[in-house]
Amino acid sequence: MAADDAIKNHAAERRLFIIRTIAAGLLLVILIGLLIARVVYLQVYKHSYYETRSQDNRMRMEVVPPVRGLIFDRHGNLLANNEPAYRLEIVPEQVTDSVESTIARLSRIVNITDADKRRFYTREKQTPAFRGTPIRLSLTQAEVARFEVNRERFPGVDIRAGLRRSYPLGKYAAHLVGYVGGITAADLAKVDDKRYRGSSHIGKVGVELSYESKLHGYPGARVVEINAAGRTLHQLEMHPATAGDSLVLTLDSALQKIAYNALGDQDGAVVALDPGTGGVLAMVSKPGYNPDLFVDGISQANYTRLLNNPHNPLYNRALQGQYPPGSTVKPFMAIGALETGVIDPDKKVWCPGYITLPGSSHRYRDWKRSGQGWIDLTQAIERSSDVYFYKLGMKLGIDNIHRYGSMFGFGQETGIDLPRENAGIMPSRAWKHGNRHLPWYPGETLITVIGQGFMTATPLQLAQAVSEIAERGHAYKPHVLKAWKDPRTGVVTEYQPRALPPISLHDKRHWQIVINAMQGVVNNIHGTAHYYVGMNLEYPIAGKSGSAQVAGLPQNEVAPDLESIPYRLREHALFIAFAPIDNPKIAVAVVVEHGGGGSSVAGPIARRVIDSYLNSLTGGKTLQASQTHDQAGTDT
Amino acid sequence: MSTTTAHNRPTTLSQWLAHWHIDLQLLVALLCCILLGLFVLYSASGRSTEIVIDQAVRAGIGLVAMISLAQIPPHWYRVTAPWVYIVGVLLLVATLVLGDAAMGARRWLDLGVVRFQPSEISKLVVPLTIAAFFHHRNLPPRLTDVIAAGAIVAVPVALVVQQPDLGTAVLIVAGGGCALFFAGLRWRIILLLIVLAAAAAPLFWFNLHDYQQQRVLTFLNPARDPLGAGYHITQSKIAIGSGGVFGKGWLNGSQAHLNFLPESDTDFVFAVYAEENGLLGVLGLMAIYGFIVARGLFIAVKSQDTFQRLTASSLSLTFFFYAFVNMGMVAGLLPVVGVPLPLISFGGTSMVMLLTSFGVLMSIHTHRKLLAT
Repeated sequence: MAADDAIKNHAAERRLFIIRTIAAGLLLVILIGLLIARVVYLQVYKHSYYETRSQDNRMRMEVVPPVRGLIFDRHGNLLANNEPAYRLEIVPEQVTDSVESTIARLSRIVNITDADKRRFYTREKQTPAFRGTPIRLSLTQAEVARFEVNRERFPGVDIRAGLRRSYPLGKYAAHLVGYVGGITAADLAKVDDKRYRGSSHIGKVGVELSYESKLHGYPGARVVEINAAGRTLHQLEMHPATAGDSLVLTLDSALQKIAYNALGDQDGAVVALDPGTGGVLAMVSKPGYNPDLFVDGISQANYTRLLNNPHNPLYNRALQGQYPPGSTVKPFMAIGALETGVIDPDKKVWCPGYITLPGSSHRYRDWKRSGQGWIDLTQAIERSSDVYFYKLGMKLGIDNIHRYGSMFGFGQETGIDLPRENAGIMPSRAWKHGNRHLPWYPGETLITVIGQGFMTATPLQLAQAVSEIAERGHAYKPHVLKAWKDPRTGVVTEYQPRALPPISLHDKRHWQIVINAMQGVVNNIHGTAHYYVGMNLEYPIAGKSGSAQVAGLPQNEVAPDLESIPYRLREHALFIAFAPIDNPKIAVAVVVEHGGGGSSVAGPIARRVIDSYLNSLTGGKTLQASQTHDQAGTDT
Repeated sequence: MSTTTAHNRPTTLSQWLAHWHIDLQLLVALLCCILLGLFVLYSASGRSTEIVIDQAVRAGIGLVAMISLAQIPPHWYRVTAPWVYIVGVLLLVATLVLGDAAMGARRWLDLGVVRFQPSEISKLVVPLTIAAFFHHRNLPPRLTDVIAAGAIVAVPVALVVQQPDLGTAVLIVAGGGCALFFAGLRWRIILLLIVLAAAAAPLFWFNLHDYQQQRVLTFLNPARDPLGAGYHITQSKIAIGSGGVFGKGWLNGSQAHLNFLPESDTDFVFAVYAEENGLLGVLGLMAIYGFIVARGLFIAVKSQDTFQRLTASSLSLTFFFYAFVNMGMVAGLLPVVGVPLPLISFGGTSMVMLLTSFGVLMSIHTHRKLLAT
């Protein structure tokens, strides 16, 4: 202490401290005065105002949920609608007998399932007795009428009007449009939960999911007066909700139905793109399902039926189905071979029925057992020679196959604005090392170059890749959104198509070589699809067929008849095409699961879709010819 | 009360109090405040005896801590404060690295037996450390000393901001600032700091988290978010305003009981209190708080060395700031920050830490008497 005293001036320091304490005291008095002034303002000056807001009638904020935006196709046809729906509510407090007996009596005039009852009792426990709890959602008109007649007998039961999401296109576009369902805790974790106060539904699948934040809108609030028991007396203030944006999709619903029906009773997918914008014109996955079933919560029986269906209707084949692309990859591989200069397109190559690799007895067969003879590149594509492409593949090598395949988008998600897309596989040395922990074998190069082995692609990727050829390397990212409309301002914003990084070839003539060959597939008398696709054409079309093996054939065995193979082991039928050749309006990929021949099964479906679309563009002239042809075909 | 009791049994009580180092006036004021708080909580929690008992137990723990700390002579605090400060900083670092994340913020440290917020330690020990730092130095402080003291405040504040817990960071700054103010920080520096703070406000704003910005915006315009944070303010103003001069009476505050008022037993308990007890009740509560702060400043003036003076005065003024910030927030004068109403809001950490700081004050006051004789 003594040392401290020596260097410190205690008297001065004490004086300083007293001054500071007085200053602090002053600050204290000012702040307390401020606080008291504020409380006096609230409790004396504004007392009667706050009194009325509190004492007799209390106000409550109630959320006004927004109306969900509608979804239209490119021609303004509704794809997702909000329909007036009537639900039956019970207010337990106002029921004169017991709730149980009221429900029992109600079930005689409206259909009430056990699931309805279960939902009612769960919700009822969480709701005050003076509030209504729904016992039935989506009453039919007949049920509404029956209840109205008997209304007197049911005190405490009332019909409430609301909106219910419905999907006019139903199964035809279920995978693309998607559906909404009840909000779960997991859904809420992914969104701004403030926007979902008062809402009961959220997008689960398809466009309803991917554009959820545009479609949903913003909730409003209503200030209501309630009495001491909490019953609503009347409305004081209203801040209306902001409805969600309406969406216009690139989809053409007429084309969508035609594509769906064209698949007949087979499972598969059809994707049609507008190559000039990347807009999806049709995207079908068959079989479809009824999306309306999901809106108010699907019943367990219906859900089990969908899940156990061997044809897997809930699965979106167009985006998620990963199929070996088979011979449909040959045009892309041909471009790789031309660009790297490993082949001369005009040079004829000897193509017997099979080849073997040095040091191996394994026979890599051509689909045509007798072989194709001396053929050049154009003929190899037209006739889909496997042996020509085995030889081409050996020269090109897996690294270039991977490089050019990737350039056309294989093995990568297209980035379409729809959820849960699969990437397929574009194999490479690195891919095989990473996934199989094995080196690359030369034989695998041969089967990759004809789209077999490890390689898989989604129907969307195939449509995307053929769009690149159609646009000579200047394609756009596939998308389903065309425009959206702000409901308040009425302003329509057009979606800007996003150009993909261009594929620029060293020699632009290579596009034409491959396109000419693809035209030959359909037009040339030796083309694989000539008979199935190329009859009575009114426009130039380029295409390529593919048949993807599902199970390997035993060596030396002759290919058996389609009917004699079990369904699950039959080949997938594929076809890719675009038209018209010099001014492409549509690019199509068709996959028919276990359909057999690509040209014979998938080809006519592609033709039907392209005919219909081009016909709709030109106003009916083109299609009439082909329809007559079709009818003639079925009559004979 | 003390005089009559003292008159009846003069020697025994004062001797007993002196022996246990208890300042009777402070103790009585604190007990009044705590007791009042228990009544308010009973009403605010919707007549939950559980919450009241829980709070009473915490108050008991706090009072035991307070009296225990009062036994320790003040120079011991001066010597240990820097070490406790260092431990506090290390714990803050530990919290950032391995703390429990609750609602996106790492504030809690689980030590197996107890789970607590190390930032509370810093809140108490920062003013003590600055007081200890200035103890041997000439006052008013030179610029270099001011900068050093600023660093003492800045380190824990920076760590707490990382958690992020802006409310606590502001309170630590307030505690350190009080100590600097009483140490005689020159007015022109104070003025300069205010100007700098105003100039830095925009920069500060853009570094705030989204929810923090929302709170400030909502404070400026409660109608912006009528269902969210604005709802708190609107409802608490209705509660206070409808209380009037005399209040609606204990257990009769309809705002809280009909669940209009959120967090009615923690940060917004003052609204319930004002609704039920009116302007008179509010003035009464301010009188109690005012008395406690005044007693603390009196202890500071009476104390005998720099450390004790700075410690006692800054702890008292910080206590006042807690009360002011909470009441100002509930009354709509200040933005919503998570500061509880001292000694009344439901919550253990705040109660125990506040009583701990009063233990230090009692130690300063009672040991002075012993040293003086």
